[in-house]
Amino acid sequence: MTSTSPPVRATRPAVPPPAHRVGFGHLMLAEWTKIRSVRSTLWTLLLFVVVTLGLTALLTWLTVHALNQGKATGRGASIVADPTSFILGTGLGLGQLAICVLGVLVITSEYSTGTIRASLLAVPKRLPMLAAKSAVFSVLVLVIGEIVAFGSFLIGSALTRSLVKVSLSDPNVTRAVLGAGLYLTVLGLFALAIGNLIRHTAGAITTVIGLVLVIGPLLALLPYSWGAHIHEYFPTVAGVLITADHQQADQLLSPWQGFGIFCLWTALLLAIGAFLLQRRDT
Amino acid sequence: MIEARDLTKRYGEKLAVDHLSFTVEAGRVTGFLGPNGAGKSTTMRLILGLDHPQSGTATIDGRRYADLAQPLRTVGALLEARSMHPGRSAYNHLLFLAQTQGLPRSRVDQVLDLVGLGEVARKRTGGYSLGMGQRVGIAVALLGDPQVLMLDEPVNGLDPEGILWIRNLMKQLAAEGRTVFVSSHLMNEMAVTADHLIVIGRGKLIADCSTQEFIERSSEKYVLVRSPDAARLADLVAAEGGKATIREQPARDDHAREAPAREAPAQDAPAGDEPAGDADGARAARRPAPEVDITGLDAPRIGEIAAANRIVLHELTPQLASLEEAYMELTADSSEFGTGRASASPQPAAASPGTPPGGGSPGGHSPGDPARVAAAQERTE
Repeated sequence: MTSTSPPVRATRPAVPPPAHRVGFGHLMLAEWTKIRSVRSTLWTLLLFVVVTLGLTALLTWLTVHALNQGKATGRGASIVADPTSFILGTGLGLGQLAICVLGVLVITSEYSTGTIRASLLAVPKRLPMLAAKSAVFSVLVLVIGEIVAFGSFLIGSALTRSLVKVSLSDPNVTRAVLGAGLYLTVLGLFALAIGNLIRHTAGAITTVIGLVLVIGPLLALLPYSWGAHIHEYFPTVAGVLITADHQQADQLLSPWQGFGIFCLWTALLLAIGAFLLQRRDT
Repeated sequence: MIEARDLTKRYGEKLAVDHLSFTVEAGRVTGFLGPNGAGKSTTMRLILGLDHPQSGTATIDGRRYADLAQPLRTVGALLEARSMHPGRSAYNHLLFLAQTQGLPRSRVDQVLDLVGLGEVARKRTGGYSLGMGQRVGIAVALLGDPQVLMLDEPVNGLDPEGILWIRNLMKQLAAEGRTVFVSSHLMNEMAVTADHLIVIGRGKLIADCSTQEFIERSSEKYVLVRSPDAARLADLVAAEGGKATIREQPARDDHAREAPAREAPAQDAPAGDEPAGDADGARAARRPAPEVDITGLDAPRIGEIAAANRIVLHELTPQLASLEEAYMELTADSSEFGTGRASASPQPAAASPGTPPGGGSPGGHSPGDPARVAAAQERTE
């Protein structure tokens, strides 16, 4: 495989002197290489697209079909009252979990495989690495998320046309659909932040999915107005408000306020993670 | 040049690195030697800023690792633990590292060819053998063409051909004027690779000297002499400036191999034990004559002394303790996962530093120097 005497010249030549300081762009390029060069990224994103679009089509069609058969259900009522929320909620409700998993994986896989040591040797200040990773991952999720959000809406609105007409030109609808992509982006960062704190894949995925699927909905059961506050200010509950085109009567936060709260939670977790990243041994 | 000053690292209760100071000079291969668990990897991680010390500093060419703008262009490191994603190809692993330093893609291909992985570089590293994984690590270390290389147990998992390759590579890098700092727990490996040695045990410095000096002072030369008149010979040897240690003869029936030795400076030698007269001679001849270990005089001189004084010698054998053995003795007290052999000894004499960095006086060793004290102590136990 190799000659026993190493070719001398090979270590010497070629490395050009650093022409300029290495910038953030280089780090983003490196993070993009990391994300695209493992299969889990492709599979998770593929799962996200297929599950979200597939479920949106399936659940919308089933509900519309049931209504047309004269079986009025609670679900059926909501599709007429708030078609945009219904359409965006059906597929993304499950599809978002793929984004949670990917967000966790992009950071915890570095810890579980030891890649983090190579990464931190290359970027010993550490924070720029986390920032570049967060930035690249955000852009990736934003692009895919918006495509899937618009795709879901187009599929869903086509299927509901017989019952209720909804289009992007209706008030708030474009904001809600764009908001779904934004929500997914922040959700991905939220998962990344928790992955960065916990550093173990299984623990972090369990935590994120537990928060999104279990704790959030459970908080709705809290009584009185303080319970409502806790529920609505909960990160993912607040964040998802932006995907609705109608504001509920008893809603405490506007869509953008809710989204802002979600961003603040995520920023807080990222900041704690950044602080710990600087201090921890790896 | 790598400088560690008073580095201390504690993991919970365990003191992994204990006020460690040393300097690694450019232009030579510096071996970093110590038993498993001595703190070698931890020290390297402290220098590289992966772990944070409780106290002390480590600098590379005067700067902390974290302050290096393009660290991989200054320092190339191979860590002991595997640090790559099994699902990512070696090429992409190197590519992302190259991108963080603003290095061109062509450099990635170049180092992959250099370590002999050119053909498998696009395959995922999960399928690589231990040796191939090690080669990827070496490619990473060479990626930025750094002036300082830190390699933690680089021969791990390499086949003999690979070991020879890495040895030559290290020597050549040092010959180019680079700083090469390489850890190992194998003395023999270091003996053929390193020009200079830094030996640690339990996180403390044991020795910091040239490999040549370490070998000379560790592999203590002595002459084994067997004579019925051992006590008198010991006196004469002492008078000539040598040092004789009479080993008591094992009693026939009980633990023969555990025979303790003791220092026998001439005057104190107890005459009672030793067969002296002719009457005893015949009886003594039936059991082996006492053994004497003599240092400070060579075999011909001892033979001459014996002949001049009409002392009968049954054996006269020059001995050279093996390097591995000497290293074992030196680090026996500081071995983290020892076999309990030396557990009874108090504060190990071996822990006192050898020659201080830079200012050491190579050559003849004083009787008090660590290697010899450690060895003597070991024998008296």
